[in-house]
Amino acid sequence: MEMIKADKLIFEYEKRDEEGNVISTSRAVDEVDLDIKPGDFIAILGHNGSGKSTLAKHMNAILVPTDGSMWVDGKDTSREEHIWDIRQSAGMVFQNPDNQIIAAVVEEDVGFGPENLGVPTEEIWERVEESLRSVGMISYRHHSPNKLSGGQKQRVAIAGVLAMRPKCIVLDEPTAMLDPNGRKEVLKSVAELRQKENITVILITHYMEEVVDADHVIVMDHGHIVMQGTPREIFSQVEELKRYRLDVPQVTLLADELRKRGLDVPAGILKKEELVNALCR
Amino acid sequence: MIRDITIGQYYPAASKIHMLDPRVKIICTLLYLISLFTFKNLAGYVFAAVFLAVCVRLAKVPFKYIMRGLKPIIVLLLITVLFNLFLTPGGEILFTFWRFKVTEQGLRTAVYMTIRLIFLITGASLMTLTTTPNALTDGLEKMLNPLNRIKVPVHEISMIMSIALRFIPILLEETDKIMKAQTARGADLESGNIIQKAKAMVPILVPLFVSAFRRANDLAMAMEARCYRGGAGRTKMKPLIYNRRDYIAYAVMAVYMIAAFSAGRYLPFHVWIF
Repeated sequence: MEMIKADKLIFEYEKRDEEGNVISTSRAVDEVDLDIKPGDFIAILGHNGSGKSTLAKHMNAILVPTDGSMWVDGKDTSREEHIWDIRQSAGMVFQNPDNQIIAAVVEEDVGFGPENLGVPTEEIWERVEESLRSVGMISYRHHSPNKLSGGQKQRVAIAGVLAMRPKCIVLDEPTAMLDPNGRKEVLKSVAELRQKENITVILITHYMEEVVDADHVIVMDHGHIVMQGTPREIFSQVEELKRYRLDVPQVTLLADELRKRGLDVPAGILKKEELVNALCR
Repeated sequence: MIRDITIGQYYPAASKIHMLDPRVKIICTLLYLISLFTFKNLAGYVFAAVFLAVCVRLAKVPFKYIMRGLKPIIVLLLITVLFNLFLTPGGEILFTFWRFKVTEQGLRTAVYMTIRLIFLITGASLMTLTTTPNALTDGLEKMLNPLNRIKVPVHEISMIMSIALRFIPILLEETDKIMKAQTARGADLESGNIIQKAKAMVPILVPLFVSAFRRANDLAMAMEARCYRGGAGRTKMKPLIYNRRDYIAYAVMAVYMIAAFSAGRYLPFHVWIF
């Protein structure tokens, strides 16, 4: 069974006048089909306004499709009775680290999700400890979130989602507001999660460097899925990526230029080491 | 400048008073405040002073922290003293000052009122100094729980309070940032009279409010994404449970109440007119 499945999903934002009549609608997501299997690491790429965040919010039933449908863990998100199950099985991490931490102490914030689920007290403590350990923030458990760096806050937010024991975690541009070090920290935690806990990860971003380790990359533009495939397949089409206003990683760009000038370099180079190996052959 | 504002000024220390259940501290503080108003003679106040001094000592809070809490009420204190001193009729006239007569009753009320206010503020700030704001809201939530039956949204109110407390430092930082940004764009925040200064606040308040609403919206979404659906069916990570020391505190408080009440009313202990 698919972890997340979308079938011709359409979502329209409505603009209303003061009487509440619809003046205009704009389609943020247009006939998107998705099939995400348990344990996959999927990256969704797209420029601002491509509909990637809107799509992400469907995976947590924060938004429900205008037309078409979305299933999370086999449950239809438009059915009211499934909403809490869906939110428990597909946790969501948002962009702004400050605006998603609820409590004034790190460990209490991580406990917020399990508290809402009605988990017994002793088990909440176990879960909090385990989640903080797996993102490497256990030594900060008694700290105030205000004193942490952006990357640390984002890791606390990830721990907060983990404590709900989700099957799938959706990260909606988790690194957009962080400095390079914070970005590295967060991505490292996400990578570790995948290896250790075998959780399905859906990473939404517009930094292409972050997607090289994904199993599958989806590129969105104007609400449509315009490209999909393995990172290598995607990155070998440099010209097309540029058309969607995405910044191709420098190594890939360099390899592409070299290839155009007649050097024998394979298409879709993702990492520095690969280029070095290809050139020194 | 703006960061100096501290709300719910908690003084961290490992003391017996800090470790008490927040409900104990809230109830005992209330009882103490009530006891202050039952006294009819000096003996009661002496008793209350000793009790308060012991509590402060146990709480390991430096004396100057407590004095700091008294600063904002100095003006109020002065006004109360002056009015009571000069405008209370009754008893023998002690001395006359221009048109005002200071009576025995007036002097007595003024002195008692001063002592009461000082003890009241000290007692209340001892509570906030030894209890984290979150523990206070937790305690209030639990105490007000019976009001749920008459449809008072107790859980929601306490949630609002704790979120407000969490966002105070964030919004203060943001205000600082906006002020700097507007100053960099040529806004003049310092000069001019009060009206001009108030007008100069507009370019700071508007972006602050816009951002606060955006944060509120984001936070609400994040809370829903983590399955928040109100107080029903929620468990607690740190439930409030009374310990042995809490029962001891209640017992001590009960003894104090009885002793102070009877001393303050019936103990024949007088100094001059007090």
